[in-house]
Amino acid sequence: MTSKVIQTILKNGLKVMLKEIHTSPIISSWVWYRVGSKDEVTGKTGISHWTEHMQFKGTKKFPARILDRAISREGGTWNAFTYLDWTTYFETMPAEKIDLALKLEADRMAKSIFTEKEVTSERTVIIAEREGHENEPLFRLGEAVQQAGFRVHPYHHEVIGDMADLLTITRDDLFKHYRTYYIPNNAVLAVAGDFEAKLMLKRIKEYFEKIPAGRAAPRLKRVEPEQVGEMRLSVEGPGETNYLQVAYRFPSATNADFFPLAVLDSLLAGPSNLNMFGGGISNKTSRLYRALVDKEYAVSASGGASVTIDPFLYSFILTIHPKRRPEETLAALDEELKKVQEEPVSEGEIARATKQARAIFAYGSENITNQAFWMGFAEMFATYDWFTNYLNKLAKITPQDVQRVAREYFRPARRIVGSYIAKGAEG
Amino acid sequence: MARKQSIAQKKSFPGPEDIFRAEFPNGLTVLARSNFNSPSISINGYQASGAIFESDEKLGLADFVASCLMRGTQTRTFDAIYNELESVGANMGFDSGVHKTNFGGRALAEDLPLMLRLLAESLSTPAFPESEVEKLRAQLLTGLAIRAQDTSDMAGLIFDKMLYADHPYGRPGDGFVETIQDISRRDLEEFHRLHFGPKGMVISIVGAIEPEKANDEVARALMGWQAEGQTEAPALPPLKAIKKAVKQHHHIAGKSQSDIVIGMVGPRRKDAEFVAASLGNTILGQFGMMGRIGDVVREKSGLAYYAYSSLSSGIGPGSWEVNAGVNPKNVQKAVDLIEKELRRFVKGGVTKDELADSQANYVGRLPLSLESNGGVASALVNIQRYDLGLDYYQRYESMVRSVTRDEVLQAARKYIDPDRLVIATAGP
Repeated sequence: MTSKVIQTILKNGLKVMLKEIHTSPIISSWVWYRVGSKDEVTGKTGISHWTEHMQFKGTKKFPARILDRAISREGGTWNAFTYLDWTTYFETMPAEKIDLALKLEADRMAKSIFTEKEVTSERTVIIAEREGHENEPLFRLGEAVQQAGFRVHPYHHEVIGDMADLLTITRDDLFKHYRTYYIPNNAVLAVAGDFEAKLMLKRIKEYFEKIPAGRAAPRLKRVEPEQVGEMRLSVEGPGETNYLQVAYRFPSATNADFFPLAVLDSLLAGPSNLNMFGGGISNKTSRLYRALVDKEYAVSASGGASVTIDPFLYSFILTIHPKRRPEETLAALDEELKKVQEEPVSEGEIARATKQARAIFAYGSENITNQAFWMGFAEMFATYDWFTNYLNKLAKITPQDVQRVAREYFRPARRIVGSYIAKGAEG
Repeated sequence: MARKQSIAQKKSFPGPEDIFRAEFPNGLTVLARSNFNSPSISINGYQASGAIFESDEKLGLADFVASCLMRGTQTRTFDAIYNELESVGANMGFDSGVHKTNFGGRALAEDLPLMLRLLAESLSTPAFPESEVEKLRAQLLTGLAIRAQDTSDMAGLIFDKMLYADHPYGRPGDGFVETIQDISRRDLEEFHRLHFGPKGMVISIVGAIEPEKANDEVARALMGWQAEGQTEAPALPPLKAIKKAVKQHHHIAGKSQSDIVIGMVGPRRKDAEFVAASLGNTILGQFGMMGRIGDVVREKSGLAYYAYSSLSSGIGPGSWEVNAGVNPKNVQKAVDLIEKELRRFVKGGVTKDELADSQANYVGRLPLSLESNGGVASALVNIQRYDLGLDYYQRYESMVRSVTRDEVLQAARKYIDPDRLVIATAGP
């Protein structure tokens, strides 16, 4: 019922990826831009995310509040996300209505207006979004850990941006950012669903190929220096519950070590679910659940890494058990990490991690939106092969591989230990 | 481009010709539909016990029991149960509502027998091991400590308490610190003995399996379950009318954002005006960027990142509410704007275009909601839960399109009285 992915590059540099899937009368279309919070300088943090918001404010052809209604009217679902390395926009529509989404995306690739008035009103919306995040202890802790982890590399700030910049970024800043990065030669269009690829490509060319290419998008080249020694920090705030975030330096997605680390992640913290749509599975027999939650050092334990272009972080997030001090929980975590460093894991555990990943991939494949998501997403940090070869690569991992990466990456000297210390209900 | 006639065709929505339905002598209903597009299966369903059976002193008991079901059975430990599930990448879980204990899960199709065996065991022979009960209690209490700091949860909690005064719907399903501390292992066992059983239970299975085969597997796992002690649920008490506007603020220190819940009682799922109210709600606070509410509170005033309305309708009286998260200094401003929109809504109703848009949205998004196995499995359960008829999704389009502007207005006026709103806020 599904076909291979067709990949081509239009004359203006836009990469197009198409996959026919005829299981349901639905088409999902995604436009990915290679721009995210890592392209932001001090004073302009949060600008990529804010630009994403402005992309819903209309073009001449699709004025604000007309375009969202047009999509909804056809029963479409649409949204956008901004992350460290990328910004993406998607629409999933009844198959016969997808034209509207394509026209809209082609139009707002170059013709959004960004009026002063809309910028002003969106400024407070985004500040409210940030204030909502600040209500959460884990956001505040995560922001502090990330900032500590990257002194030089622009991964150092949260995607939402710093309040100081949200107060001062101007309409012209936003528009300049938009015109610099929203160009066809910095974008990928991925469409999956119930269509004939040949006809779809023809239509895409008609809408997108006339958009002129732009100058190659500028990149910040600020490599994070090697971390020399463990860093510790604490954040205080209201509440009764303490948390720990223990973050280790993690390689980029294209590094060969990513795959043994994915197996290790699965054994330690339960399999991470990389699907954007189509949930994961529980982690109650992971090593950390058994050692930390079952033994009541923590009330919950999870772990995971972001898939990124440059090396980022792998974080364990632990909700500290009320009867423990954070140091006790940290010691219990260290004990488990020591085990994977000293004793090779069994073949059986690796086979189990592979089967778990296979199941999660199967769940994700029920959903056309998720299949379209993967094509462009993989392209943002690697190529689509990264996704299609994922299970094969996991299956080849040996216990020695896992032990080696456990030793190399999970070293105290390369970690940041962040604690959220609850100061009681009155803060 | 899509052909005029899509290749997938309008694959007929679930209907009498492809939904398998069977009732077992012990009172269990099975629903199944096959989908061989992906190698997985989804399970969804419920069992007829819930918080409606709890006393005020033991609030959270039904939820506690549901959380214990997989923490050890008479033949398997907590770790053994999850080891079987997680080793094959399967997932299963229970949660409790007022009327039902719901369950859901998924697995690769080859692992359906394993899933059903564990489901049956968890439902019929949970052991409530002392040590697991105590571990769980600590986790539930931490959950309540986190809830106490969550502006959205706390605004919702006091909203329900005001809207459904002295009614089972006004009580939090996860209880309070003192009630959770007060629940004994015996209470858990007793609750299970009295309220768990196959009578009124429903299970749906959707995925890469023939329906008859799925039914055989369910029969193998659950046909033999008998529960002599299973009691009938008490009737819901009548709801006290809201006579005048009520307002309450819940203080949470140190927060940068406040949450607002404004609303009133809504229709039951089976009420005649449910569909009209639902379409109206979409116009009020969902459509496009969160409908009229989103337009006024977010787009025009820039007060909130989220501001929307929702209708939750179930077995008993539903709730129709507007939610928004705003800076603490803007709470009153947002409340005023929302009130004004509600007044406009009941005064003038919706326009012809708005209704047509909302109807088109409902019809258009149906294939998307029925795309995954999980989506179909839960749709089948709703057919049974609300007695919608096996042809419900085939009738859906004409049912939605037949709603008139006047019906939307009548539904709005029946439920929304802008002078008798319940207003809950939580924040600094």
